[in-house]
Amino acid sequence: MFPRFSHARPTDLQAALALLEQASGRIHAGGTDLLGCLHDGVLTADTLVSLSNIAELKGISPSTENGLRIGAMTPIGAVAAHAGIRSTYSALAQAASVVANPPLRSQGTLGGNLCQKTRCWYYRGDFPCLRKGGDHCFAFEGENQHHAIFGGEGCYMVHPSDTAPALAALGATCRISGGGSSRSVPVDQFLMPALVDPQRETVLEPTEILTEILLPPAPPGLRSSYRKIRSRQAWDFALAGVALALQFDGNVVRSARVFLSGAAPMPWRAQGAEAVITGNSLNAQTITKAAAAAVEGAEPLQHNGAKVALFEGLVAESLETMG
Amino acid sequence: MANKPKTTDRERDGVTRRGFISTVGAGALGAATVGTSRAEAVPEITAPEAMVQIGLTINGRIHRLLVEPRWTLLFTLRERLGLTGTKVGCERGECGACTVLINGQPRYACMTLAVEAEGSQITTIEGLMDGEALGDVQQAFVNEDAFQCGYCTPGQIMAAEGLLQANPSPSTEEIRKGMSGNLCRCAAYHHIVRAVDSAADGRREGDDR
Ligand SMILES: Cc1cc2nc3c(=O)[nH]c(=O)nc-3n(C[C@H](O)[C@H](O)[C@H](O)COP(=O)(O)OP(=O)(O)OC[C@H]3O[C@@H](n4cnc5c(N)ncnc54)[C@H](O)[C@@H]3O)c2cc1C
Ligand code: FES
Ligand code: FES
Repeated sequence: MFPRFSHARPTDLQAALALLEQASGRIHAGGTDLLGCLHDGVLTADTLVSLSNIAELKGISPSTENGLRIGAMTPIGAVAAHAGIRSTYSALAQAASVVANPPLRSQGTLGGNLCQKTRCWYYRGDFPCLRKGGDHCFAFEGENQHHAIFGGEGCYMVHPSDTAPALAALGATCRISGGGSSRSVPVDQFLMPALVDPQRETVLEPTEILTEILLPPAPPGLRSSYRKIRSRQAWDFALAGVALALQFDGNVVRSARVFLSGAAPMPWRAQGAEAVITGNSLNAQTITKAAAAAVEGAEPLQHNGAKVALFEGLVAESLETMG
Repeated sequence: MANKPKTTDRERDGVTRRGFISTVGAGALGAATVGTSRAEAVPEITAPEAMVQIGLTINGRIHRLLVEPRWTLLFTLRERLGLTGTKVGCERGECGACTVLINGQPRYACMTLAVEAEGSQITTIEGLMDGEALGDVQQAFVNEDAFQCGYCTPGQIMAAEGLLQANPSPSTEEIRKGMSGNLCRCAAYHHIVRAVDSAADGRREGDDR
């Protein structure tokens, strides 16, 4: 049984924002991450402000900029099944379709997927780690098979979301409301580096709500994909994943965005690989060089060295299927 | 629990509707009262100890009951309504023992607060019975010997029911993927896949008749 909390389920966004201001509440979207954290005592909550009855936060529709607007409360399964996303933004459809399993995809929301807490076993377990206000990351010298090989500044978690790298590769933007105004943050800047604030996973203020995710119009020649490797075939987080969004001009890649999941505390931009691919066709030589560049500078910990080879192979394989 | 939150003044007072209006800061109140009907739209925050009256539609019947905001649908079904067919496993979305249908889709009752289930159609394993007779998916699990200890079985059957409602003719691969949210410690997986397949066959034959 969870410790007691109060609960409100407003029907419009302004009411939800007002409740957050006055009640220091926690947002409840689908609850699939939140309730697990409350159950394990990782988080506490005085008040839950549920967004589940706010119709304006749900659904997928054309955006005013000729792209797509996805309400933050849209179920992950609906994102995976959406015909327009499958045809135009395949990386996102593929990522959404490999999140967890069917029940969790129909309950979990896209917004919640971006805002979820890390699955690091020290964070979820009984350890006073950096993210919970402690003074260090236990994974650095502990059991770190699943942890970061890039960007472990203070904390070596890997961000659990599959949709975040796909959205980052596609150049999506988060729309945020709160404090009487609204703002936009690109998905690749939505997550908070541990060096800046280890106790906040995202740039959201406690009184802010992520309201929608905007996909820009797809440029001509866009091809995108998301693949992940996991320890079992379903219901598992990425050991290594890669989202590609490449804009082709005939055979030549005019521009490239490559983001890794399971690599770092946030989707990790593989700029080295992007540079190798850009301006080239995806022949065997380019692919080998790009895959090597994707893992250049990796700093594996004691037990996760295998990830380096895993990423190199995965990036090569994903580029091969794209060419 | 060791790190239970401390009771705050607000919690002790309970945040009633009146409490909310009087404690809310001027800025937030301004936001909440845009137009004249906005204040009406801001719902009450129920006090943590308070019981909330809700109506749950379970297996076609409306149950009116008082629940605490922290009660899960799983707890409410089993401990308040006596519907013990839905099983308790991990209580954190990692096993599927608690699977029920919400608006026809398989969902984990342990990851759903009862207050969040209001307004939805809930189906539990009890709702698949046809009087004293087993429902067709249940019967298929018996025929195919699709369990050993049986603990995961109600959840497996609800997942199968949801899958077949969405996809009446699943391929073996689709069955495996569709059932991937339900673990079986006894590893009866082969028989489970066969049972779902045979239930699908049975329904198609029923439709053809
Ligand atoms: C067993 C299991 C396996 C999983 N496997 C995967 C996987 O393979 N890949 C993957 O990507 N994910 C996986 N997940 C994570 C799952 O996808 C997330 O739990 C889900 O996306 C969270 O969405 P939700 O709507 O349920 O969020 P909630 O649980 O309601 O919220 C999560 C957090 O985000 C905050 N939040 C939610 N929405 C908003 C918003 N709109 N604005 C501001 N803050 C918000 C909440 O306050 C909370 O802290 C798994 C989860 C489980 C339990
Ligand atoms: S008890 Fe709900 S998923 Fe395990
Ligand atoms: S039959 Fe024993 S857990 Fe599935």
